Amino acid sequence: MAEASKPKSVGKKSKTSTRKRSSKSSADAVQLISYYSDMLLIRRFEERAGQMYGMGLIGGFCHLYIGQEAVVVGMQGAIDDRDAVVTSYRDHGHMLACGMDPKGVMAELTGRIGGYSKGKGGSMHMFSKEKKFYGGHGIVGAQVPIGTGLAFAAKYKGTDGVSLTYLGDGAVNQGQVHEAFNMAELWDLPVIYVIENNRYGMGTSVDRASAAKDLYRLGEPFGIPGEQVDGMDVLTVRKAADKAVKHCREGKGPYILEMMTYRYRGHSMSDPAKYRTKEEVAEMREQHDPITNLSKIIVDAGKKSEEELKEIDKKVRAIVSEAAEFAQESPEPAPSELYTDVLVEA
Amino acid sequence: MAELTYREAVAEGIAQEMRRDEDVVFLGEDIGAAGGVFKATVGLLKEFGPVRVRDTPISEQAILGAAMGSAMTGLKPIAEIMFSDFLAVCWDIVANEIAKARYMTGGQMSMPLVIRTANGGGSRFGAQHSQSVENWAMMVPGLKVVAPSTPADVKGLLAAAIRDPDPVMFFEQKSLYPIKGEVPDGELVDELGTAKVLRDGDDVTICALAAMVPRAIQAAEILSSEHGIEATVVDLRSLVPLDTKTILRETAKTGRLVTVEENPRLCGWGAEVASIVADENFWDLDGPVIRITTPHIPLPAADELEDATMPSADRIVREVSEKID
Ligand SMILES: Cc1ncc(C[n+]2csc(CCOP(=O)(O)OP(=O)(O)O)c2C)c(N)n1
Ligand SMILES: [Mg+2]
Repeated sequence: MAEASKPKSVGKKSKTSTRKRSSKSSADAVQLISYYSDMLLIRRFEERAGQMYGMGLIGGFCHLYIGQEAVVVGMQGAIDDRDAVVTSYRDHGHMLACGMDPKGVMAELTGRIGGYSKGKGGSMHMFSKEKKFYGGHGIVGAQVPIGTGLAFAAKYKGTDGVSLTYLGDGAVNQGQVHEAFNMAELWDLPVIYVIENNRYGMGTSVDRASAAKDLYRLGEPFGIPGEQVDGMDVLTVRKAADKAVKHCREGKGPYILEMMTYRYRGHSMSDPAKYRTKEEVAEMREQHDPITNLSKIIVDAGKKSEEELKEIDKKVRAIVSEAAEFAQESPEPAPSELYTDVLVEA
Repeated sequence: MAELTYREAVAEGIAQEMRRDEDVVFLGEDIGAAGGVFKATVGLLKEFGPVRVRDTPISEQAILGAAMGSAMTGLKPIAEIMFSDFLAVCWDIVANEIAKARYMTGGQMSMPLVIRTANGGGSRFGAQHSQSVENWAMMVPGLKVVAPSTPADVKGLLAAAIRDPDPVMFFEQKSLYPIKGEVPDGELVDELGTAKVLRDGDDVTICALAAMVPRAIQAAEILSSEHGIEATVVDLRSLVPLDTKTILRETAKTGRLVTVEENPRLCGWGAEVASIVADENFWDLDGPVIRITTPHIPLPAADELEDATMPSADRIVREVSEKID
């Protein structure tokens, strides 16, 4: 089963490595380093969130993004402040990539007033209008029509904005996803549906849940172009993202990117992940880790030494520690907060 | 008698019925290989195999639609909707299709299916995974609505729901899954639409449901020992049919009614109970009805805030002791 569900692009990695090497060396040093530190920030943030969950400082649901960092970081590289982002409950990485403050994200996880939703949203429900991050949604698939609406408004107002709408491999089996696909193509809406295929929806592998083998082709009946992408390689993701963004900005309608990726941790904190083998996880971590692989590229190309990368890690850890402290020091929301923001007037 | 957890009683109830009736099938997300996200269906795949216990894609409309189609043609499906909040995703099938089928077909069609779902708060899951929505179901004519509070009731009422020729919405309160209780050995089939009087007292009648039942009992003990108030506690167990006979008898006896609801206040089931009691028992009442509910707000994620929303034993004691002397 592990073999059958192996992402094709990841498996093919070695075959395309020469081609990739050339694209890698053309990416400039500043960009490589920023990808590196952005991915590392997500990794360290999530590791810390996991620890804090274990210590009882975070409760409820907490879905970690560890392993998938290259997807959001590569996608984010291709957009600018005209563009909007929306995703599911596995949202911490997306928020950090959007430039949201790690302190506010962590404080939302601990349920404090300093959190992005004043502690009322929690891990799955965070938003930042300023950063054009529209959530954070707990109902599988719901963000897909919503992301389509973000694109509708962008087109209507002529902002040239694109909507990055993320969904999981499990979410593609929701009816509303297909309703949204049809509408987006019918109206040529500038939305990129980024399917993060991490091979599992909770305990169910893609091949047990989806009759369609290639998720990037799910838009075909509507005429939406799609592409399968090695989502463990940030540079490949970036390239695909550029192409998709260009398509949308030129007014050609929606685009689907199927990112072949992997989540290292369980679905949420309570999942022992017995539905897959330890070997499968180890293989992904050891052979395909997006951060380790990028660090090798950086060092091999002589852009930075290992020492210098360690310095970056130190800085990232400091940011995460500061966020963790803030998240513990920020006060609990006052009971009166219960009744605010239900409607405009409490 | 065996001691079972509430979650074990779910699996036992389903297994008991699947053993006796081949037409009972079970479908839902991660119910089989994973044994359910709340581990309430462990062992069923092993015993009954993948043809009868089916893991589905994340497709709630297809799950309930398939349950309905197969129920009309001879099967007795049990469908799981992982969290009751997700009923909103497939409410069309529930409210417009399943609930109306018998009526719209002039009685030609039976709808012997059960929709099981994990309902309610207390787990820090936030606004989209914590709602108590039994009142949504109560509002739709054509559905039966059950919400047990003990392992024995889970098993017996689930079995009754599966045997029932009408569609039953079966609300399991997720914070109750780990609780333990005695469950009689052997085949257990309870009766839908019957409330249970769990405690007898002369001063006030408290009607509660699901997770609010243990809290009401705890409150009743405190009211007795600290305030000299003796409460009758009625576990409604079922909202449709509603055991109005027991409710009216027990309220007439004490002259005071308190409802303890987990659903948000507006149009909560307690309002319906209060209205029935006002209609039928007005002259037996000695004072206003007391409704204790979750405030009319989405549930917050932060622990202190969430704790402040759901009725606690302390809050029941406070409200009852202040308003009844
Ligand atoms: C409508 C709905 N059904 C079921 C769930 C429960 N649920 C939460 S996450 C999940 C799996 C989703 O998998 P996928 O889309 O692959 O995303 P991933 O968790 O892998 O990021 C399920 C079934 C839900 N939240 N909403
Ligand atoms: Mg997935």
